[in-house]
Amino acid sequence: MTIRVTMTVNGEPLTADDVWEGESLLYVLRERLGLPGSKNACEQGECGSCTVLLGGEVVCACLVGAGQAEGAEIVTVEGLGDGEQLATIQETFVDAGAVQCGFCTPGLLITAFDLLNRDPHPTDATIREALAGNLCRCTGYEKILDAVRLAAARQSSSA
Amino acid sequence: MEFFRPTSLSDACRLKSEHPDAVPLCGGTDVMVDINFDRHRPESLLDLTAVPELFGWSRYDGHLRIGAAMPYTAIIAELSAEAPGLAIASRTVGSPQIRNRASVGGNLGSASPAGDALPPLLAVDAEVEAISAAGTRRIPIHEFFLGPKRNALRPDELITAVHLPVARGPQQFAKVGTRNAMVIAVCSFSLALHPDAGRVGTGIGSAAPTPLPARKAETFLAGELTDRWAEPTDLSEDVVRRFGELVAAAAVPIDDVRGTAAYRRHALSVLARRTLTWTWADHIQRMGQR
Ligand SMILES: Cc1cc2nc3c(=O)[nH]c(=O)nc-3n(C[C@H](O)[C@H](O)[C@H](O)COP(=O)(O)OP(=O)(O)OC[C@H]3O[C@@H](n4cnc5c(N)ncnc54)[C@H](O)[C@@H]3O)c2cc1C
Ligand code: FES
Ligand code: FES
Repeated sequence: MTIRVTMTVNGEPLTADDVWEGESLLYVLRERLGLPGSKNACEQGECGSCTVLLGGEVVCACLVGAGQAEGAEIVTVEGLGDGEQLATIQETFVDAGAVQCGFCTPGLLITAFDLLNRDPHPTDATIREALAGNLCRCTGYEKILDAVRLAAARQSSSA
Repeated sequence: MEFFRPTSLSDACRLKSEHPDAVPLCGGTDVMVDINFDRHRPESLLDLTAVPELFGWSRYDGHLRIGAAMPYTAIIAELSAEAPGLAIASRTVGSPQIRNRASVGGNLGSASPAGDALPPLLAVDAEVEAISAAGTRRIPIHEFFLGPKRNALRPDELITAVHLPVARGPQQFAKVGTRNAMVIAVCSFSLALHPDAGRVGTGIGSAAPTPLPARKAETFLAGELTDRWAEPTDLSEDVVRRFGELVAAAAVPIDDVRGTAAYRRHALSVLARRTLTWTWADHIQRMGQR
């Protein structure tokens, strides 16, 4: 038996058919809905590379059951920019040199985007705490912190 | 496999009695890991995240009722004053992503000796509320853990809530691990002072087959504190040290990848001394402000 899951992803209503009941939201996004931006690395909540917004909160998509996302609002890295223009946090990751191999980047972008929505002027301690669930195997953490600080500064000067 | 997604508690309860093998799925932070790694392939999953009755909390007669599915993030945001021990422990769970999903009900369901919510629940004599088609019952937390990852829940039951007294004194939780975030405790300890009752409560994590209280340490400390609650003065080093020793002695630790039994005992005595020092200083300060 399989299930059908309908959800709103990056503002667009999408339906996935023939979903296995034990499947994760991450698998549905990547393999059934053509959204491979969210990365699959550990499948056990440890690395954060699959981070998406579910109902406005950061979650590991690998630990959300596909059926649990029925009717939910999801935002993935593909939804941060508008197709033409990158979001500020994406620009500052580029400008600060926070992207090496890039595998951790989609998850970090979602986490940082969510942090700056909730707290536009985070302290360094707050940034570290917020990013604690996102691992970067290339260990570019200093540049990643720079990118978040830069995005906070740019957003407050343009606001 | 089947996937059930009830939208009311009565439907959830009915489904669980019709399908006792169905595995409840809440935040999924334990269940989904097992499925992803194919350690466990349940006959069916019973999603609880669309059951509104399992979320949120309420207050009655000096007690709290915390919904089984309430995620740690909400506990930290809403209950830091009323349930400080549980809130401090919640802050140490996983990462923001994990805390947004994971629940106390799931921690009780997994009944891991390392579950961080469990020592603070022991320290305040919490009760687990469970429901089945036959009705609701309350299981004292001290009777809930039967063995490693085994609890007193019957196959047709669901956890609906935990009940605990609103804190009337200082509470603490501390855990040892390799890093501040994302660690399973090598060992953990929770202490609750109950000045009104002249009692203290404890909970030890990750140092025995189940979470457990340090009864002799509780009795010893309560004895030392008799007559001192109203006009508290600094505790002697002897009392603090003895309390640490008795907590360490209550543990039944093993050697494993995270640490040796000897290290766990040592670390527990340190955690016990620290949490006692913090909570008693807090109590002195509160009494000074009255
Ligand atoms: C990366 C990562 C880090 C973690 N860090 C920590 C940590 O620091 N400390 C810690 O204690 N834990 C940690 N955990 C484990 C896990 O997050 C906790 O045990 C959490 O409390 C489980 O809650 P859940 O809602 O996600 O449970 P689920 O995975 O949904 O369920 C867990 C178990 O409980 C059962 N269950 C759930 N709800 C109910 C209910 N209402 N009635 C009956 N049974 C139920 C399920 O069937 C299952 O057996 C971590 C997990 C991950 C993946
Ligand atoms: S793939 Fe989900 S946390 Fe690593
Ligand atoms: S840039 Fe390679 S993992 Fe972070």
